[in-house]
Amino acid sequence: MIHLIWFEMIKTFTRWRTYIGFIAFGIIVPMVVIGLKLGGQNSFKRSLLSLLQNDFIIGGNVLNGWFFGFFFMGALWVHVPIVLTIVAGDQIAGEGNAGTFRFLLTHSVSRTRIIAAKFIVTLIYTAVMVLFIGGLTIGLSLWAFGGGDLLVIRKGILVIQETRLPYLFLMAYGLATLAMFVVSSLCFLFSAFTDNPIGPIIATMAVIIVSIIIISLPFDLFQSVRPYLFVNYFDAWQKVFDDPVPWDIIRMNIIILAGFMITFFLAAVVYFSRKDILS
Amino acid sequence: MTDIILRTINLTKRYKNRLAVDHLNIEVRRGEIFGFLGPNGAGKSTTIRMILHLIFPTEGDVEIFGASMKEAGHRALERVGAVVEKPAFYGHLSALRNMEILGGLQKPVTRPRIMNYLERVGLTDRASDPVKTYSHGMNQRLGLALILLKEPQLIILDEPTTGLDPQGMKEVRELILELSRERGVTVLLSSHLLYEVEMIATQMAIIHHGKLRVGGSVQDLLKKGPSEVLIKTDRPAEAMQFLKTNESYRSARIHSDGGINVELDQDRIPELNRQLVNAGFNVNALVPQRSLENYFLNLIEGHEGADNP
Repeated sequence: MIHLIWFEMIKTFTRWRTYIGFIAFGIIVPMVVIGLKLGGQNSFKRSLLSLLQNDFIIGGNVLNGWFFGFFFMGALWVHVPIVLTIVAGDQIAGEGNAGTFRFLLTHSVSRTRIIAAKFIVTLIYTAVMVLFIGGLTIGLSLWAFGGGDLLVIRKGILVIQETRLPYLFLMAYGLATLAMFVVSSLCFLFSAFTDNPIGPIIATMAVIIVSIIIISLPFDLFQSVRPYLFVNYFDAWQKVFDDPVPWDIIRMNIIILAGFMITFFLAAVVYFSRKDILS
Repeated sequence: MTDIILRTINLTKRYKNRLAVDHLNIEVRRGEIFGFLGPNGAGKSTTIRMILHLIFPTEGDVEIFGASMKEAGHRALERVGAVVEKPAFYGHLSALRNMEILGGLQKPVTRPRIMNYLERVGLTDRASDPVKTYSHGMNQRLGLALILLKEPQLIILDEPTTGLDPQGMKEVRELILELSRERGVTVLLSSHLLYEVEMIATQMAIIHHGKLRVGGSVQDLLKKGPSEVLIKTDRPAEAMQFLKTNESYRSARIHSDGGINVELDQDRIPELNRQLVNAGFNVNALVPQRSLENYFLNLIEGHEGADNP
């Protein structure tokens, strides 16, 4: 199995499309940080002061690197799926499109093992991408704006001491990675249905956008389906910044997200194991 | 130990209302070069894909080395090497990497072994180049190298010479013959190029509209039905008159290229030659026209009528 995973790693990480996301975020994040440094930070300060100055005395470096790291996390999680689907959607459909299954599947190796190796590499890519974005945003923000305690405005105002922040951000990125695993798994499943790598990208993004619309609208009907939509659990990472940290809810979110991921993977295995390879 | 390497048992594939392969039964024995013939759309590729576990049969089974595909699944393919239609590789990777990946799925392969087989098919100089820069012929050769790397006992080739130049086609034919003769490898060769099968196959089956039309040894099938001989002489018009006087050569007719065609069993060719020479004609050539192509076309045309009344 290890050698199958290694082969999939070679195939995936030697394609330039794998690096589109890294290049995109590698350009966008520094641009935003530079923009904030060159004046954008002031508009944040004005908004924050107008919100808080009547009730609080604000001192110290509030608009610090941790604050913008937190801001980036909230702003980017909607965009990360786009780059993840480029690779996840290609994992199975790309082989079908290229016709390489004609060699790959005519050996004494089970389809399940091949699919499992592809899935593991998809998850590795997803984790690397999310952690790259995390490292880049926090690293650049701290470099540009320095450290300090984190001011979180969520269900009230909370100030988290800087000493706890590396640990909390690590947990937050762990949860964000799990949420993105679900996105990649869904795209991977769609990839098993087709030989066109574009289809899974469009289908996954359509599911995400429609789901976000549904959970955003305050209609009873939509709210009742909310627990069954995986995007409902995308913000699980934010909960580690609550006080007290709702560990039970976080644990439940982890189980639900892992359940979605495993379901999508198993569905892909079941479908692909009986799929006629016509390409 | 059974001598039958590959057997299809009532192999059937239905796509909605279309029956692509209809209760097909073929047997390939150890050491044979088995020609699997049929026009485009006859069901050859569907059959080969079912044999290789790429397509699942609607009905029936495939046995490879005695193992049922239904029961053994992909494990039945352990000693099988195959190129299905146009060989496809990871274009962004080199031939070396492709061989490492696609040849190392069952067990890892060493680079010297890979280079040995790339040398065998004449790709050593381009081993490090991305495969997307390869010509179709080079892809075909890489596909063959990949099969050889696996050292299979049964090789399945689906239209292996498609797109190759005459030299490339000759090399592939020679390679198949060499593998069969020197290593005792059994070969299932699917083709719509009848002369290709005629040249190298020992056994063959003809499939049309998903059904097996005929099967047997190539030599036996060649003997079936009337055959023709093309006669090239210095005076075709006079030779024609001479032949018409003999009851045995009543079917003689002038061919468009100036030769004469006459229906004749091949074992009577020496007699015809003798008669022409004795009559004072210079015989430049006597070319047997009986071939699988005629047989194949007659068979297909006959069944077209039967299938479409």
